[in-house]
Amino acid sequence: MSARENILARIRGAQGKPGGEPTAADLGRVRAVMANPVNGPQPAFAHPPDLLVQFLKECDRVGTTHAQVASEADIPREVARYLAAAGLEARIVAWPAFAHLDWASAGVTFESRPARRDDRTGLTGCTCAVAETGTTLLLSSPDQPKVTALLPETHVCVVRKSRLLGTLEEAFALVRREQGELPRSAFFVSGPSRTADIEQTMVIGAHGPYRVHVIIAP
Amino acid sequence: MQVQSMFFKRRASEKLADGLLQANMRKAKGKFVDARAKAVLEFGNWEPLRDYAAKLRDAALADLDAYLVEFERNATRRGSVVHWAETAEEACAIIVKIAQDNGVRKVTKSKSMVSEEVNLNERLEAAGVQVVETDLGEYILQLAHEPPSHIVAPAIHKSKEQVADLFTEAHGKPRITQIDALTREAREQLREHFLSADMGISGSNFLVAETGTTLTVTNEGNADLVTTIPRIHCVIAGIEKVIPTLEDFACLVRLLPRSAIGQSITNYLTLTTGVKGPGDADGPEQMHIVLVDAGRTKFVGTDLQEMLRCIRCGACMNHCPVYQNIGGHAYGWVYPGPMGSVLTPVYVGIENAGDLPNAATFCGECAVACPVKIPLPDLMRKLRERQFDGHLRPWSERVGLHAWGWLAMRPGLYAFATGWAARIGSWLGGRDGLIHSLPGLDGWTKGRDMPAPSGRTFRDLYRERQGKR
Ligand code: SF4
Repeated sequence: MSARENILARIRGAQGKPGGEPTAADLGRVRAVMANPVNGPQPAFAHPPDLLVQFLKECDRVGTTHAQVASEADIPREVARYLAAAGLEARIVAWPAFAHLDWASAGVTFESRPARRDDRTGLTGCTCAVAETGTTLLLSSPDQPKVTALLPETHVCVVRKSRLLGTLEEAFALVRREQGELPRSAFFVSGPSRTADIEQTMVIGAHGPYRVHVIIAP
Repeated sequence: MQVQSMFFKRRASEKLADGLLQANMRKAKGKFVDARAKAVLEFGNWEPLRDYAAKLRDAALADLDAYLVEFERNATRRGSVVHWAETAEEACAIIVKIAQDNGVRKVTKSKSMVSEEVNLNERLEAAGVQVVETDLGEYILQLAHEPPSHIVAPAIHKSKEQVADLFTEAHGKPRITQIDALTREAREQLREHFLSADMGISGSNFLVAETGTTLTVTNEGNADLVTTIPRIHCVIAGIEKVIPTLEDFACLVRLLPRSAIGQSITNYLTLTTGVKGPGDADGPEQMHIVLVDAGRTKFVGTDLQEMLRCIRCGACMNHCPVYQNIGGHAYGWVYPGPMGSVLTPVYVGIENAGDLPNAATFCGECAVACPVKIPLPDLMRKLRERQFDGHLRPWSERVGLHAWGWLAMRPGLYAFATGWAARIGSWLGGRDGLIHSLPGLDGWTKGRDMPAPSGRTFRDLYRERQGKR
């Protein structure tokens, strides 16, 4: 008997179920549960009067800085402003979704490619953002490499106002609706990386970015 | 990890006498507890959430076999290879073989308690594979050649000076002791490994049956590098981790970081499903998932099954007065504190860990803190009963309890005996009214003083008050 057969048989035996494998009825039952996902209790602040206010409040709490722009065309200027204010070089690697913007006149050196080890700032978009926790969701695809949000010390992320949701559950429902299922990587980011592994003292900047800056765009 | 739980008493005494450890534990004390309390208060409807989560975990465990089969089906559909391991030995053999078949020379690892259970690092190293722990706490302990002493904060027992010593020796750089500088030094050392590893090994906080997804809930970002950059990603996870849907994950992740460290969410929730898609710039070409039993089915269908709800948040040990004083190593195996006192005796045999279910004051704090409402003191009590029934407690304890039982069944004799015991007890008390030692019971009195009885029994007082009415 294989390990799989033994484990399943042991579980069934211990729970007083007949046979060594789940029956058609057992599988039918769990499939029905999975096909009708149910939300558990949510906190009141997951359903705020203003999603943006709640989102920004949580961003502040997790250490994500933020700015708003009036139009997509303003993104390069905001990136330039942010980098200058933080004392960082005006050079980024980005998802191709931003290649059409006018980076030259904002004075930012722009490359559309996945980040490599020495890149300092990565610019990405996100599939949606979650107000409850100040979280952005990055889904992997050929045009959306995860490393761009992960390797550089600074991650700038553009959030579309129309893609701001209340909860994680809403984010999962959106992915099911639009993509059918999760891609290889679904990466939920809430602020710069951190650790408290030495003397339970929180330090910002562990293995991921030191800085996360969100730009809210229409 | 080698089981040392049979030496609990000796090791606990050593830890209590270890001044440095005591100082480090004092620093940690209360930090997690206060942070959790604040987060719980802020959440609002915490109790309904705990109730819901406990039911959710029970429902998943009631159909554990079916959810595992569904998880396997969906993971396989997405290109993952699902392996099943009955024992620690089998789990290691599977992963060593994956490494060997693919010419893997270097593995980066993010934190996984199951891998500690099965001694994975040792086995991979014996097969000539370099293993690099990348969680900061685990990295520190790898340098120190020590096991973790907490399931969430593995190096909680180390001071920054001790970390500085380890780093100076390992990295050959000038000694620094600022915590942020130490963290940065570790980041720089580990970067190279992240980028050059052939295989990444991670645990999985949950297994989502609906989608075949594995996932990690982390703050550092190391799990993301481990699961994204190497060409092979291997997950090792206990079979009890399976949950039905992504919505269930959303519910449980409201509980986990709040209970663990008082954060409303961790920096990263990393969901990985199958292999990288066509044209994807990153992600692994091979995805392996090893589902491990190694003792878990011994809980299934028993009066201890509730233990399998555990989401490994560490709140029970943070709130445990015993753990707070002796730290994790005294427990002698991977899982310390109250959850370990239930898991370890069942996983490794109660005859090897008999003191653990007794290493509790039964104050009940752990059960109050547990986000999935595991009645930890009740489960420890059940293990004590098993020990008693299995004749695994010392003969003196058995004789004592039998004698007391015999006496308690005979009210006249009981009144006579307790009357004399109370009187003798009051004579034994010193000038401070405390009994410092009792002949034949020094095992109990060595570490404790007992207030001397007043000389009269409850029955005397009761009779007197009734008389006054
Ligand atoms: S037993 Fe409960 S409190 Fe302890 S680690 Fe598990 S889930 Fe957390």
